[in-house]
Amino acid sequence: MTKYDAVLVGGGHNGLVCAAYLAKAGKNVLVLEANETLGGAAATREFAPGYKVSSCAHWLTHLSPQVSKDLSLERHGLALAATDLNSIGLAADGQHVTVSGDSVAGDTVSAADKQAYTEFHRKTMKFSGLLAKAFAVRPPKLVESNFTDRLNLIKLGLGMKMMGREDMSELMRLALINMYDVMEENFDNEALKALLSFDGVLGAHMGPRSPNTVFGYLYRRVGDVHGYRGPAQVKGGMGAVGIALAEAARSVGVEIRTATPVAKINLRDGRAVGVTLATGDVIEAPLIVSNADPVTTFEKLVGYRNVETGLVRRVSQIRMRSGVAKLHLALDGLPQFCGLDESQLGQRLVIAPTMDYIESAFNHAKYGESSLAPALDISIPTIADHTLAPAGKHVLSAIVQFAPYDLNGGWDAHREHFTRQVIDAISPYAPDISQRIVASELLTPVDLEREFHMKGGHWHHGEISLDQVMMMRPFPGATQYGTAVGGLYLCGAGSHPGGSVMGLAGRNAAQEIIKRGADA
Amino acid sequence: MNRKHGDIMMLETPFHSRVAALNEINEWDGWAGYTTPTAYFDVELEYFAVRSTTGVFDLSPMNKYRITGPDAQAYLDRVMTRNISKISVGRVGYSVWCNDAGQVLDDGTIFRLGESDYRLCSYARAMDWLSWCAMGFDVHIDDESDGVAALAVQGPTSCSCLKAMGLNAIEELKPFGLTHFDFEGEDLMVSRTGFTGDLGYELWIAPHKAEALWDKLFAAGKPYMIKPIGSSALNLARIETGFLQAGVDFVSAQDAVRPGRSRSPFELGLGWLVDMNKPVFNGKKALQREQKEGSRYRFVILDVEGNKPAHNSFIFKGKKQVGTVTSAAWCPTAKSNVAFAQLEMPHGQVGDELVAEIYYERELQWTRVLAPCKVIDSAVFNPERRRMTPAPAF
Amino acid sequence: MKKYDAIVIGAGHNGLSNGAYLAKAGLDVLVLERNSYIGGATVSRELHKDWTYSNCSYVCSLLRPEIVRDLELPRHGLQVVPYGGGVTFMQNGDHFGNYFDHERQHREMARFSKRDANAYERYSADVQKQTRLIRPYLLRRPPDPTSLKLRDLKDLAEFAGSFTALGEEGLADTLKFWTKSVGDYLEEYFETDVIKAHLAGSGIIGTALGVYSPGTAYVLLHHYMGDVDGNVGSWGFARGGMGAVSGSLAKSYQSFGGEIVCDADVERILVKGGRTVGVALKNGDEYHADIVVSNLDPKRTFLDVMDASDLPADVVKKAENFKIRGSSGKLNIALDGLPTFNGIEKGSPLGVGDMHFTDSLERMERAYDDWKAGTWSKDPYLDMLIPSQNDPTLAPPGKHMMTVFVQYAPPKINGGEWTAEDKAGFEKSVLDQIGRYSPDFKDLILHCETRTPAEIEAEVGLTEGNIFQGELTFDQLLFNRPFPGYAQYRGPVQGMYMCGSGTHPGGGVMSAPGANAAREILRDLNQTNTVPEGYADD
Repeated sequence: MTKYDAVLVGGGHNGLVCAAYLAKAGKNVLVLEANETLGGAAATREFAPGYKVSSCAHWLTHLSPQVSKDLSLERHGLALAATDLNSIGLAADGQHVTVSGDSVAGDTVSAADKQAYTEFHRKTMKFSGLLAKAFAVRPPKLVESNFTDRLNLIKLGLGMKMMGREDMSELMRLALINMYDVMEENFDNEALKALLSFDGVLGAHMGPRSPNTVFGYLYRRVGDVHGYRGPAQVKGGMGAVGIALAEAARSVGVEIRTATPVAKINLRDGRAVGVTLATGDVIEAPLIVSNADPVTTFEKLVGYRNVETGLVRRVSQIRMRSGVAKLHLALDGLPQFCGLDESQLGQRLVIAPTMDYIESAFNHAKYGESSLAPALDISIPTIADHTLAPAGKHVLSAIVQFAPYDLNGGWDAHREHFTRQVIDAISPYAPDISQRIVASELLTPVDLEREFHMKGGHWHHGEISLDQVMMMRPFPGATQYGTAVGGLYLCGAGSHPGGSVMGLAGRNAAQEIIKRGADA
Repeated sequence: MNRKHGDIMMLETPFHSRVAALNEINEWDGWAGYTTPTAYFDVELEYFAVRSTTGVFDLSPMNKYRITGPDAQAYLDRVMTRNISKISVGRVGYSVWCNDAGQVLDDGTIFRLGESDYRLCSYARAMDWLSWCAMGFDVHIDDESDGVAALAVQGPTSCSCLKAMGLNAIEELKPFGLTHFDFEGEDLMVSRTGFTGDLGYELWIAPHKAEALWDKLFAAGKPYMIKPIGSSALNLARIETGFLQAGVDFVSAQDAVRPGRSRSPFELGLGWLVDMNKPVFNGKKALQREQKEGSRYRFVILDVEGNKPAHNSFIFKGKKQVGTVTSAAWCPTAKSNVAFAQLEMPHGQVGDELVAEIYYERELQWTRVLAPCKVIDSAVFNPERRRMTPAPAF
Repeated sequence: MKKYDAIVIGAGHNGLSNGAYLAKAGLDVLVLERNSYIGGATVSRELHKDWTYSNCSYVCSLLRPEIVRDLELPRHGLQVVPYGGGVTFMQNGDHFGNYFDHERQHREMARFSKRDANAYERYSADVQKQTRLIRPYLLRRPPDPTSLKLRDLKDLAEFAGSFTALGEEGLADTLKFWTKSVGDYLEEYFETDVIKAHLAGSGIIGTALGVYSPGTAYVLLHHYMGDVDGNVGSWGFARGGMGAVSGSLAKSYQSFGGEIVCDADVERILVKGGRTVGVALKNGDEYHADIVVSNLDPKRTFLDVMDASDLPADVVKKAENFKIRGSSGKLNIALDGLPTFNGIEKGSPLGVGDMHFTDSLERMERAYDDWKAGTWSKDPYLDMLIPSQNDPTLAPPGKHMMTVFVQYAPPKINGGEWTAEDKAGFEKSVLDQIGRYSPDFKDLILHCETRTPAEIEAEVGLTEGNIFQGELTFDQLLFNRPFPGYAQYRGPVQGMYMCGSGTHPGGGVMSAPGANAAREILRDLNQTNTVPEGYADD
């Protein structure tokens, strides 16, 4: 029987990244994935005969260029069907607002707003640049810092000081406040404010008025620092990321088994010593790295009863109830969006006409209701990638906010009604959308939880909010990827820096394990 | 209009009518919201009832939690520092429990009533912590504090009192054992446990039978000079026999607001309650670290020269203040002046000679005494009858 | 014309405490007040014959005991009487009582959940840890983290030291506490709706945020960090109404030779050659001094009484971006007798404290949704007291005075001014809510003063009627209050200072900003400091 140095529980993108780095460092690594496919929430799925779609995230916005380069992902088949896409805030009258990189266009946007946006973008990029640096290393511990931690802190501090006193103060202020106020401070155009503020609440259980949402926006802009001037679309859907990562991992010797769910992480004397598969088979290894979210890791795999109560309390208090659903439409032809030509239909389309619209949509989620008029982030991937649908047919993919995980009355009774409501929210902008639909699929947070084994269906494995980022992520005692259980590491989005297909949690975790060497 | 529960100023224990009738000097205190006597007639005489005949203490306000379900034992093993599987059915064990930092939350006694049926008696309320601990276990926790009345029957003639009451073969009950009797159709549980360090029992019964139990006990115990005792006499007895009191000799890690005020089991001299061979229990990792890196404090029993109790005294080694006294008393049976103290490491090894700074008052005149004292290896009172089975008659 | 050493604009409690400490140091000080009476938002007013209303602030806990003692406020007439009790009435006819005594409190909570009753002990200890951390900084200027000055670095090191002493877990708890919503925070302890709702009130009072908005847990702390006679978290009434606070401060100030001029509405802070030289009133009068201290909120100060051309551009921008939102209104009611409340006896100790009628976090959050939508809460959160049960000076014997703080009410209705109908609607939503739990309440009303945020602004001069002179969110606290770079009471113009609740440590009747500002002014003048440091908590 093969002896493994490390077993990765979960073949999501971070798990594969982590495995590949560990293997490159000479470790014998086994990846165990419950699903048939790899990549976790970077997935492509055929939701109707002949129609395929990125079933969770549908844009590539954050993938670390370092990871991409280190693992030669292009060589292993990762190709982009479209890059540097614009974000278009749709208006029913066709007067759209278009953000592309550092500029904004639209007939309704004043010259002052255009200039203000460029300035705003410059400033936020500066702050996000600082974040990007912090994202690429393990977060320092809050206290008892060792040398590496202090160095990282000093670097971060110096980075802040280098920005100048004024910017430093501004960053401290901005990180704590909400998108709504910042938008009001900077812009006049409602549609522009809404379009930008939506970036601050994407994937979050927050509205534009929730404090901390500027942090969400800066988080989003880290993608720009990583070189994405706008969202990119992966050829073959997001599942191709998983395939390329798996290829890369295999090329450095990682063994991968799909359709192999792990039932348990086994402990001996408080140390992780292996895993038991759903089949009952046991695989031993001195290092277990979990790509699952922290709650799934400790509640299901380790078992709360096998760790101490304080840790259980920390884990169970992680806020990770999602408010995001996914709608997939199979279309027999390209829908007409008023004021958009075909090339524009391939961009990122946003339905969130005003900040109050998003806020009202969020209000419902607070009370366990789905939004009456949800905010949408839409992709029609078939414009740039014909492999996803039969010739002449199209797919529409929409990220839908808000759809609470714990919906009053449950999702089964509400699924069809909500699907209709989402389509109704699109109709004012694309009047013929209903006639084009040949099949549809709504993935609620409950479905996403089941599909991707993410507790609460949360895309980021835990809310990205100030109380749950950086030195607080995922919870004190586990912020540097190692946990209170010896030999057990976390490498998923629940760890620093967090969600999005970025690969840094996996990379940082691998580096931490390698650095600890025999002590790992 | 209904009076709501919170409106009632103080609760009365199920024995209150009897307790009140016997409380000759009308001295009361509050305990967990209940009206309880500090003394009935004279602290000193009550104390000597415990040491020479029998003293009865109403401990109904004690917090009691019933823990049942298939995982009950595994659950308690995770909560407690000691090995719970070693407590067999019909036995009782003393234990402490810690948070993840290895700091003591509380101490208490665990009664194993059945295969998967335990009762935990604790000083502080624990429903919150016990519930958090239950995550991941198939276990049910019920707060039965108000549902069980309890009496401590303590002293050399206590066994005789119970026998006279009709509790057959009670003398065969071993220390830390428990047994059941029928009492007027209700279950009467008797455990050979207590907080006095003497021969003694604790009686547990449904509240509606409390008064009848009291009456029968006092009638039967009359020839054996049974007396009620209040909390002051009990306190004297427990100091003499070396028992820690939560909230007095240590503060619960959950209530400690100031950093560094909580204590580990090792620092309280309770290392014998920690079983490091268990795969997991709350505080294990931190306690392992403490074993490696050393403790900050040491709990000691001091034999203090002279007869002035060292209440609240600072303890000095030479000129350096090295600790403080948490409990102190002149012990009337052992004829010793005893103090419990928390000393900074490395002070406090058995035989260490220290000085207690004692202040006392006589007729409004305060006097300061620097009393030499010595760390002793065990409590000053520990009679043979406490351990004898069958229990002696007096 | 006479030249003063210092002029303070606004005779609120902070203006008076500032003036008192400057005068105590021997400065010749003038306090100017726009209204015909002093006190700002700490006033006792007879708006109905024989009734005294604390018609703005209404309870007292945060007032720094060091200042009370140092300025001898008791000798000048201040008496603070603590109160216990408190109750939240429930829609199902039951109620949750808040007892002063720990055991009764426990028993009451256990009625709803034994676990919650026990968790409350953990909650109290945890909140106390946070108050211990912040209390030493109330009577100190906040350190400036961007500064490299020795004094700042020293302060900062000490600040950092008290944080690292908490250990990783403790510090994480603190950071979570400061960034979480009060709703999420309470969810970590309690399972019972009404208990959460009762406790969450302190997280939103005076704040334009909902119980689920991150940052509101800190607001809760702000209401817990005061004390009455060393009982941290206790609240009391000022005997004679809150005017007793400003009245005693004024007497103390005057005892040091300070002057007060009322009906003096400041038009402009005069700046010449880059430094302040005095103030000009709307009536044309001028007063001169090298030092001008503004007790007005930052927006009033920098956008109103100062000329933009005298200010650096960033200050104007920062003042514009300063968050100060009207979110609350107030009703002051003269009652013909003590009302009866469903489920509690007349005169119950519960009714002596703060009374509320919102029994779930959801109802509180929905009240906030109304505010976000630009209107008053249709089902508002009320903080209601009848202080005349404790204080015989407020109403004739057998009669009572009721103060009702109302959350939420916006400064404008859907972007427009409040109309008479709006005001009547607002008043009705409050009276109806109380009436649902008190059958005789409406019949007992003799007089009702209803104050919208717009009216509070017009009378007291607080922008948007915000009671704290600026939101108490972390982006506007400590070294960020009122804005980064100006958090040490010095304004952007030489000789100009700020001393209002818009500066550290913020709103509530604390008088600490005024005292802290005086300390900095005296330092700049090389005068001996007259301002006490905080008592250390042990």
